[in-house]
Amino acid sequence: MRPDLDVIASLVPPGARVLDLGCGDGALLEELMRRGNDVLGVEISDDGVMACMGRGVPVLQDDIDQGLDDLADDAFDVVVMSLTLQAVHRPALVLREMARVGRRSIVSFPNFGHWRLRAQLAAKGRMPVSPLLPYAWHETPNIRLCSITDFEALARAEGLRVEQRILLDEGGSPVGGLAERSPNLLAAGVVYLLGR
Amino acid sequence: MGAADDTRRSLGLVETQRVVLYTEDDPLVLDSGETLAPVEVAYETYGERAPGDGNVVVVCHALTGDAHAAGHHGDPTRPGWWDTLIGPGKPVDTDRLFVVSANLLGGCQGTTGPSSTDPATGEPYGLRFPLFTVSDLVRVQRRLLAHLGIERVLAAIGGSLGGMQVLQWALDHPDELANGIVVCATARLSAQNIAFSAVARAAIMNDPDFQDGDYYGTGRGPDHGLSVARMMAHITYLSEESMRQKFGRRIQDRDEPRFDLGVDFQVESYLQHQGKTFLDRFDANSYLYLTRVMDYFDPFQDADLVRERLARCGTRFLVLSFDTDWRFDTSHSKHIVRTLTAHRVPVTFREISSPHGHDSFLLEVPDYHRTVAAYLDRALAEAR
Repeated sequence: MRPDLDVIASLVPPGARVLDLGCGDGALLEELMRRGNDVLGVEISDDGVMACMGRGVPVLQDDIDQGLDDLADDAFDVVVMSLTLQAVHRPALVLREMARVGRRSIVSFPNFGHWRLRAQLAAKGRMPVSPLLPYAWHETPNIRLCSITDFEALARAEGLRVEQRILLDEGGSPVGGLAERSPNLLAAGVVYLLGR
Repeated sequence: MGAADDTRRSLGLVETQRVVLYTEDDPLVLDSGETLAPVEVAYETYGERAPGDGNVVVVCHALTGDAHAAGHHGDPTRPGWWDTLIGPGKPVDTDRLFVVSANLLGGCQGTTGPSSTDPATGEPYGLRFPLFTVSDLVRVQRRLLAHLGIERVLAAIGGSLGGMQVLQWALDHPDELANGIVVCATARLSAQNIAFSAVARAAIMNDPDFQDGDYYGTGRGPDHGLSVARMMAHITYLSEESMRQKFGRRIQDRDEPRFDLGVDFQVESYLQHQGKTFLDRFDANSYLYLTRVMDYFDPFQDADLVRERLARCGTRFLVLSFDTDWRFDTSHSKHIVRTLTAHRVPVTFREISSPHGHDSFLLEVPDYHRTVAAYLDRALAEAR
């Protein structure tokens, strides 16, 4: 499993009912099912949905940009969106919907404020490419890139409370120490646990 | 998949069996409280039962289906109605699964229905046949399994009215189905759906040869009404796009229109043929009863009951819709998904892209078949 998914799994309380938006191949949910969590995924891609079925992970094929009309208020204890926020058309709507259907949200994304990305743009004048953002500008699904500072401003505006923040390195593993002093410059990615 | 390939993967010759499941001493007690006996059921089985019955799949048919879902009865060019889906190596893989397929209560293909003899009078029931519900259909399906000594069901699968039975089954008996596969079904007909049923029934009941349903043995019956009902229903099974592709505005058997009031366009000829061939295999009274069953179906109506039942529901669901189906469009399936997930029932949902409308569930739509195959693969693996 991706290291950032390990971080997310560690934030999910035992027995919690979990929704994963943009659950991909269902790896996180399969792991959470193994731990006894009650899970549901939402995924738009055919390949992702088929992979989820192969793992026995229940999944709704749907477009989260259209909102989560099929899910009731407070239906979940935790709503996860891992490395997907930057690929949705309407991030604010999606965050609002997450807070509606779940008591807590866990959101991870690549930090566009990371010094290496800033350096690529500043030094070469080209759109940055990194392990967490591996696509060239013309083919990337990542259309809503933001920095840690940007995200926290949006979270505040949406009335979401940051309960926990875990910084990630370029491999998606937790990183502490120096990065904590200047997260927006030194963390390649981030995982938030948000309350409302 | 080519035609030769299909033949190789066919079940080959299969037979319909019949069994009397309810007798006068042990009648079928319907939801309405009325009783019915005897009740005979026509059914077929395919594949081999695994020890412990971990591989049983029950097929529930739609409005005009029958027990003969797969294989053939002697003519390989005329396979069962779900032969695309069921057979060796097919999504419902009879090399690994044991499949049970029965004709519904109220039907006319071997199972007791309005055309059966009423023991009280010695005459066919006609409209004296009691009204029944989807729960009653499920009741008879379960009695057949009990007769076969089957206690566990890996999956029940059905399209349209078949899917409605699967849903009702999981609600009525929350610990019985490990999996329910509900294809292009609904938990509640819309006004438009009921309207189509109403016109179909009016066509039959207003036919001068209907004779209040007592047309059996009179040498005449509501053939005109039944074929009109079928023609109209058939329109709702196809998408506009598939009709455009299949027929367009082409003229039957010539280049120039006749410019008269007879059958001129290809689509007219097709519908007329559909209506006519339907008469050979379907009873008008069965059509009345089975459409009525669908109209009244509303298993999510009582929120408290649904909450209580779904809290205990051990069934996992696969819910599928087709993007060009306007008979039971995706919003019907989403209503089912929404209700099940709200009560924490595990559901997988896909809207499958297919040009063929409601009829898609009977056809070989690759994405659809892949999905059913993958779901059953996993279900079988988990049952082991």
